[in-house]
Amino acid sequence: MPDTTKPALAFGRALFWVAVALGAALMLFPFLWTVITSITPQGNLSGGPSLIVKDPTLDAYRELFDSIPVWRIVLNSFGVAVVSTLLQLATGSMAAYAFSRLAFRGKQFVFGCYLATLMIPLQVLVAPLFMMLTRMHLNDTYFALLAPNIASAFGIFLLKQAVDGVPIQLDEAARIDGAGHLRIWARVVMPLVKPAMAALTVFAFMESWNSFLWPLVVIRSPELMTLPLGLSYLQGQFTTDWSVVMAGSVVSILPIVVVYLFAQKHIIAGMAHTGLK
Amino acid sequence: MAGATRTDAARQAGRRRKWKNLAWVVVFLAPSAIPLLVFKMTPMIASAWVSLHEWNMISPMEWVGLGNFADLLTSPNTGEVFLHTLAYIAGYLPLVYAGGLAIAVALNQKLKARGFLRAAYFVPVVTSWVAVALVWQWLLNPTNGLVNHLLGMVGLPEPGWWTDPNWAIPSVILASAWKDLGFVMVILLAGLQAIPQEIQEAATVDGAGRWRRFWSVTFPLLSPSTFFVVVISLINGFQVFDQVYVMTGGGPSGASQVAVGRIYDLAFRYGEAGAASALSWILFAIIMAVTAVQMYGQRKWVNYA
Repeated sequence: MPDTTKPALAFGRALFWVAVALGAALMLFPFLWTVITSITPQGNLSGGPSLIVKDPTLDAYRELFDSIPVWRIVLNSFGVAVVSTLLQLATGSMAAYAFSRLAFRGKQFVFGCYLATLMIPLQVLVAPLFMMLTRMHLNDTYFALLAPNIASAFGIFLLKQAVDGVPIQLDEAARIDGAGHLRIWARVVMPLVKPAMAALTVFAFMESWNSFLWPLVVIRSPELMTLPLGLSYLQGQFTTDWSVVMAGSVVSILPIVVVYLFAQKHIIAGMAHTGLK
Repeated sequence: MAGATRTDAARQAGRRRKWKNLAWVVVFLAPSAIPLLVFKMTPMIASAWVSLHEWNMISPMEWVGLGNFADLLTSPNTGEVFLHTLAYIAGYLPLVYAGGLAIAVALNQKLKARGFLRAAYFVPVVTSWVAVALVWQWLLNPTNGLVNHLLGMVGLPEPGWWTDPNWAIPSVILASAWKDLGFVMVILLAGLQAIPQEIQEAATVDGAGRWRRFWSVTFPLLSPSTFFVVVISLINGFQVFDQVYVMTGGGPSGASQVAVGRIYDLAFRYGEAGAASALSWILFAIIMAVTAVQMYGQRKWVNYA
């Protein structure tokens, strides 16, 4: 616990607070500006942002809901993001267990192949992947939106680092008690890597929620549109009225912040479950 | 020495165990291996095939063998875009890691409003690059931006930022590091949460002060997370594109053109899908080599439990 009885420490503490708060303000600034622009009449912010808005209005939000089917779009984004996050958590935690706990020939090579999938720019994979799905008659479906995000090498790597940090003695104790690999994976290792699972939840959700290029290529039907597509449509429609675009941005950011706040609780809760207590 | 029958039995049991182990490997890996194979590896191999052709994505492909690679390797433009990419990484990585670590450690303490502060530092990660770019272009505006205004007040030189070829990459570095700070923070926080409290307490009992505790206990135990951040940031750094595209567009006069920007231009501006694929495979080979070196080097400094 910090000792604030000494004046030098109290001063250090105050300085620390000022730095942290200033940093937070700097971090929040663009989002704040987005919100401010969205409630400014016609989004007119000539001469930079100011914290006080003359005649704030929710017109932009009304305009937003009139020009695109916001609820449908949010629901599409949400459904795809939730399903892909759950799939990535399941496939990722199983693969992480295999790479960390099972011995097999060519393990390093297989892991290298997994990582290799992260190393080629998406821009290059989009065309071949599109042609593949066309041949499978899967374009313009929810499955097509989901396909590249069923498993992620990023998540597998993140979880493997966490599983590697779990003492092997815990597995061995469970094995002596008669537990098999599935039990050890589900009951011993997974509860101990909750902080990493929570972090992956946030990143997997965000990745799906914000992905733009792939949905742009693969989706034709307006009823399958996701948020980034909706936003780019707005950007094309409201080039002079930034407030509508920014209102769309606000609507697109809030759900992820909610997911983050939810997952954050679990990052902290993960600590209470640590088996080393 | 054991008798022949016992050795046979042992060998058989050993073989059975080996098959059983392999079956478990398949059970645990198949759910991730199959989608990665179908939706990542297959298009990757297809792009390798494309790289050996001249192709505008409309008319039929025309075989040119290694011609695309030869053209790229002799073009001065290729060296330039990789130089810019490396300059970006050299500035971005230390900045984002040091910043993310400082914030993670600060916000891992018992503080009032900790949840709010963590969320605040995470908001830039989820904000779209378009909104971020607009704000940073205003902040770094050479004539009436806030940053130069502040620099002028304390009598420091006021750079031309994204309008000055020498400052275009630093502008992108600043904005990227600022945006990704929250990403690094979350990963390092998850790592910090996993460090058992007992070890910290034991070190305190042994008389270790704050700094000593950080450098001798926390930092080494955080090395798996650090390793992850470094590997992923390097992979992402080599693939930097969005922020360059929206902030500087590669300019002024190509001063901030990076590897993926060039790939994008080749494919979508000049309709040279073959050359774009070839360049992406050169980029891939470089990232692969850098990652392999890190994977090999980790045994020297990464501590697992």
